[in-house]
Amino acid sequence: MDFFQLVSFALIASILVIIVKEQQSSIAFFLVLLTGIIIFLVLIQYISEIFRMITYVTTKANLNFMYVETILKIIGIAYIAEFGAQMTRDAGLGSLAAKIELAGKVFILLLAIPIITSVIETVLNFIPV
Amino acid sequence: MIVDASLLFQIAGIGIVVAMIHTVLKQMGKEDLAHWATLIGFIIVLFIVIENLAELFQQIKSVFLFQ
Repeated sequence: MDFFQLVSFALIASILVIIVKEQQSSIAFFLVLLTGIIIFLVLIQYISEIFRMITYVTTKANLNFMYVETILKIIGIAYIAEFGAQMTRDAGLGSLAAKIELAGKVFILLLAIPIITSVIETVLNFIPV
Repeated sequence: MIVDASLLFQIAGIGIVVAMIHTVLKQMGKEDLAHWATLIGFIIVLFIVIENLAELFQQIKSVFLFQ
């Protein structure tokens, strides 16, 4: 499904949302949520292709795969947090969106801990104590 | 894409039909039945959307190398 289909799909969905919004605002929010889900389901094949290329490059450069895996997980968490935060902001709940973003940051930091510790250890090894 | 678009139109259709049923039942004087009909329409849409959400999160877990 190429780019133009995706944009037209989103435009159709937004028109449908406007129609359904006056009578049933809850189902209109579901419509927005479903459109976001479908668009990302389409994108995920291309994203997995990109990630396959990234992992191919790292294995060729025989880097430690743990770092790349953490980066991919962080990208995933960042996207989900942003997706959830935007959806709740669409529903009109700005405070809840901020909470979701905070949770996303906490989990990203959680993932980054091993990398930070390894960086600090390597730096300490350089210092001739 | 056609399947996704049809899914979208189905949900919009359910929303409109539920709204019409609600107003019709309200004019007939059966206020509580109208609320029940709205609730059932809401639950149907909830199932459809949650199913898609579960599939999305499953794919994300596999692509982003979550455990």
